Amino acid sequence: MQRTSLYESHIQSGGKMVNFGGWEMPLNYGSQIHEHNQVRNDAGMFDVSHMCAVDIKGDDSKLFLETLIANDVGKLKVYGKALYSCMLNEAGGVIDDLIVYFLNDEYYRIVINASTTEKDLDWINSQAEKFDVTVDPQDELAMIAVQGPNAISKTYTAIPGVEEVCAGLKPFSAASIGTLFVARTGYTGENGFELMLPKKAAEFTWKMLLDAGVEPCGLGARDTLRLEAGMSLYGSEMNEDISPLEAALSWTVDLSNHNRNFIGREALENLKAEGLRKTIVGLVLEGKGVIRDHQLVRTSIGDGEITSGTFSPTMGKAIALASVPVGSKEMCEIQMRNKWVFAKIVRPPFVRNNEVLV
Amino acid sequence: MSEVRQDRQYTQTHEWVLDNGDNTYTLGISDHAQELLGDMVFVELPSQGDEAQMQDELCVIESVKAASDVYAPANLEVLEVNESLEDEPELLNSSCYDDGWLIKFSADSVDDLMDASTYEQSLDSE
Repeated sequence: MQRTSLYESHIQSGGKMVNFGGWEMPLNYGSQIHEHNQVRNDAGMFDVSHMCAVDIKGDDSKLFLETLIANDVGKLKVYGKALYSCMLNEAGGVIDDLIVYFLNDEYYRIVINASTTEKDLDWINSQAEKFDVTVDPQDELAMIAVQGPNAISKTYTAIPGVEEVCAGLKPFSAASIGTLFVARTGYTGENGFELMLPKKAAEFTWKMLLDAGVEPCGLGARDTLRLEAGMSLYGSEMNEDISPLEAALSWTVDLSNHNRNFIGREALENLKAEGLRKTIVGLVLEGKGVIRDHQLVRTSIGDGEITSGTFSPTMGKAIALASVPVGSKEMCEIQMRNKWVFAKIVRPPFVRNNEVLV
Repeated sequence: MSEVRQDRQYTQTHEWVLDNGDNTYTLGISDHAQELLGDMVFVELPSQGDEAQMQDELCVIESVKAASDVYAPANLEVLEVNESLEDEPELLNSSCYDDGWLIKFSADSVDDLMDASTYEQSLDSE
């Protein structure tokens, strides 16, 4: 297994280490529910260094990305402005989901998932051959996500110089302070920053954040937080056989520029013309029990499946994202441990800024 | 290292049985079990008066990570269940040998269980 530059820090904090996509990562540091609540109520931090930042540079950077991904980088015009997008294959299926940051017309940064890094880079490199660009994985960067209502203020306390540069930073925007790249993004539904920094600075930055009162949080909490926030996980809600249109990610597909023929565009347009058959909805269980991935779902108009199931610490109930026939509403049944149990169909997100919305 | 209480016996499936000395026994799960399962969120307990045969599924404990069955360590009758677990399933994590007890039962015989040091050894070899 690979280890990030923060491995020792995790061990010191009592991290329970597990294999995540070939990386030895902390599942929790004692209680994932405690860590979840810490992010909802205060500030927690995640080592996300296993993810990969890739710098795309060159004269054709913009042109290349306009072809490569389903959302339109043409919308990004200010340094640091970011968007979330899926990267599709020719059939319209999702190769990965990612965030792109605009730095200038010849320089973008994309952040891709850990479990798909190798596959993504193979694809990106082969697609880049036709363009005047360089594809440069940033192997010397570590990444720390600091999330929660007090995440920003505690980051300012922990790291000198950040507040001066980032005070006016809007959500989905980034700024640089020397070798530190600060993005106001996250995967929790709370306010916060994702920091990209040189590996050798990771340990002492983590320590400074600890001293400022930010608690370490593991992958277990990361999953319950993102599910409460209604955010998709690659491999669960979408994969190479599922298009963004069938994963309730139509909002990440920008078809408005008819001259932009991105990879997978034709397939998506055909799908739309045929009529979409399935979509992703949220489910809430009123009774006891935890919803689990792949459990079968039965609606009044057809069958589906749980794509991500868990327990919501904020709500005190089980919640899930599920793939169901388009038009499913109100109630459905989930097959849980040999019994069919009723669940309510809702529109995610379940929780934002610590407030239950459903 | 998980804690193994010396004053009780254990099953292969990580339950503990405490002889209360008054012809009743108490059942719970070991520290090893609660550690493996992680944060507990739901507990399904039997009812007072229920009878079970050895190895029958008696309770279901569910953590964020997984659901797990708790098995009857003997042919028994349920005398009392720990109602606190309804609102505070986390007692199974914080106090698995004390406040996190599952049920109290009566049984004609409770045998074939491991004593504490045998259980400890079985964990070391896992």
